[in-house]
Amino acid sequence: MKSLINFFEKVGFSVTSRIHRLGTATRLFFLILLASGESFKRFQLTMKEIYFTGVMSLVIIIVSAFFVGMVLGLQGYYTLQKYGSSEAIGVLVALALVRELGPVVTALLFAGRAGTAITAEIGLMKATEQLSAMEMMAVNPVGRIIAPRFWAGVIAMPILAAIFSMVGILGGYVVAVIVIGVDEGAFWSQMQANVDFRYDIVNGVIKSLVFGVACTIIALFEGYDAPPTAEGVSRATTRTVVTSSLVILGLDFILTSFMIGG
Amino acid sequence: MDKIKFDAWVGIFVAIGVISLLGLAMKVGNLTSNDIRETYSVIAHFENIGGLKPRAPVKGAGVVVGRVKSIIFDTEAYHAIVKIDIDKRYVFPKDTFANIYTAGLLGEQYIGLEAGGDMKNLSEGDRITQTQDAVVLEKLISQFLYTKASEED
Amino acid sequence: MSDNLITIENLTFGYGTEILHKGINMEFQRGKVSAIMGGSGSGKTTILKLIGGQIKPKSGSVSVDNQIVHKQNLDGIYKLRRKMGMLFQHGALFTDLSVYENVAFPMREHTDLPENIIKDLVLMKLNAVGLRGAYKLMPTELSGGMARRVALARAIALDPDIIMYDEPFAGLDPISMAVICDLIRTLNDALGATSIIVTHDVAETFSFADYIYFVADGIVAAEGSPKQLMASKLPFVKQFIHSEKDGPVPFHVSAPSYNSDLSL
Repeated sequence: MKSLINFFEKVGFSVTSRIHRLGTATRLFFLILLASGESFKRFQLTMKEIYFTGVMSLVIIIVSAFFVGMVLGLQGYYTLQKYGSSEAIGVLVALALVRELGPVVTALLFAGRAGTAITAEIGLMKATEQLSAMEMMAVNPVGRIIAPRFWAGVIAMPILAAIFSMVGILGGYVVAVIVIGVDEGAFWSQMQANVDFRYDIVNGVIKSLVFGVACTIIALFEGYDAPPTAEGVSRATTRTVVTSSLVILGLDFILTSFMIGG
Repeated sequence: MDKIKFDAWVGIFVAIGVISLLGLAMKVGNLTSNDIRETYSVIAHFENIGGLKPRAPVKGAGVVVGRVKSIIFDTEAYHAIVKIDIDKRYVFPKDTFANIYTAGLLGEQYIGLEAGGDMKNLSEGDRITQTQDAVVLEKLISQFLYTKASEED
Repeated sequence: MSDNLITIENLTFGYGTEILHKGINMEFQRGKVSAIMGGSGSGKTTILKLIGGQIKPKSGSVSVDNQIVHKQNLDGIYKLRRKMGMLFQHGALFTDLSVYENVAFPMREHTDLPENIIKDLVLMKLNAVGLRGAYKLMPTELSGGMARRVALARAIALDPDIIMYDEPFAGLDPISMAVICDLIRTLNDALGATSIIVTHDVAETFSFADYIYFVADGIVAAEGSPKQLMASKLPFVKQFIHSEKDGPVPFHVSAPSYNSDLSL
């Protein structure tokens, strides 16, 4: 009986603490929006963060995209070949990348590369009283530190996703056309006939924008909320990856069902 | 010095992003190939649209000339009203015939337009009066069986 | 009008249900160096945070320049904070900025000065702490004492009326300690500022402070000039000044009797 009560107590505690964290994260989101003026007035601040989140993620994005594209080309070819429609390989690669893999894999890589860096940086700034010092200098750390990173993430993510999709398609092209020898004309024309700008490409960009907001907020919140100790920061960094990944995949399902349904 | 480095790299980054997006739009997507920008819309009534969906292609002699904009059910006459957007570059006579066809045996359904002989052309808001419904496989089969049965009698 | 720049009246504060301060009264005179001393965990740093308006008191008030801090809105608090400079325990330098940029930070945020004036000002401030030659270094390349001095240069970047020091001597070697002591006194007199030091280093503080408050058990246990306190007969002050192990502040944390804990 007692253990049952204990169990419910634990469940209740974990639910309320989660809701509490969600609330604080939402509050942080609004604080960021309120304090965003400076990120655009002094765009140099945001520019620097785009460099750290976007440019520094370029290599991992391009390399992974190329491999993902090549694998799609190979797997797609062997499957489609059975049905005698190997020219459709272009459509398969392009649709898979533009609609799903581009935004999703980019967001997952972004969470691992840039998200963890943001969490660790903010967490350490908090642990070493840098945020406190800034407050004492009458500078709002949300406006000066958090908001530029937020906007940098939101701007960088769609750009990275577009690069991922394009490089992935080039990877698919290399395998399908150059290595296997599918007809080049069929590869591109089939793709163009079946990939719609508004419904496939723009929707992909919208997805990556949403992922950008989610990933960056999670990374910033985990850093801002981290206990100011070495252990606290390292745990927060781990949580950034786990939470971001789950949220990205969950949001992807929701967004996809809206986009296909509507 | 750092400032210049950041600016330059972010510039390159954004440039690659824009090129990728343009590449996706032009080379991968259909933004150039059949961009239907300016359209006029006409409606057509069907007793049965089968599996026709919004955004299904509208073809004239096999060329995509427009898209299905919306499909609604008319509660007074109990039939479907299909709104079609046709590219302004293509004109069709008033007595054009609209059929619902299926691409291949199991493919998606589209509307095929067959031009009539009228001197006047369709314009914004007009109605295509001559339509032919989608072929519903079950109906076809039951019709076939029925006629077979009545022949045997 | 009194000559007090900061007045703390009947202040109580605590985290959650725990009460840290039970009615503290303090006055900090203009142009003087005052010290707040007490054992670890006696809420000394919290007093600085209350003065800076980073936390709000449960009751009582802290007023700076005749304005009650916790009754200001955020803009008002930011306005008050511009008159303050604070040196954090470990410096709290911005690790992604160079020494130069760290000192320039408050100027860039709060003024529209052109770059050449900022440069002159930064080098002047760094010169005052003897680190003009280190302006290109990053915070990670500095020793503890140097970092503390850079942070001090940053704290005085906008010539504040109030300079607060949170444990300025913690973890420093004797030479760096002497340097910081000297700097606190000279900067205070040169800038005409009011300084508040939170510390538990007796010898250093007694050598240069004008007035000292002892905080224990949430109240001001003793106060006075170094001379008065040295002569004090209060057992707590005696224990603290002469660093005796046992006394009014017990060696043991309050606990059940030793025998019952060991189940004898």
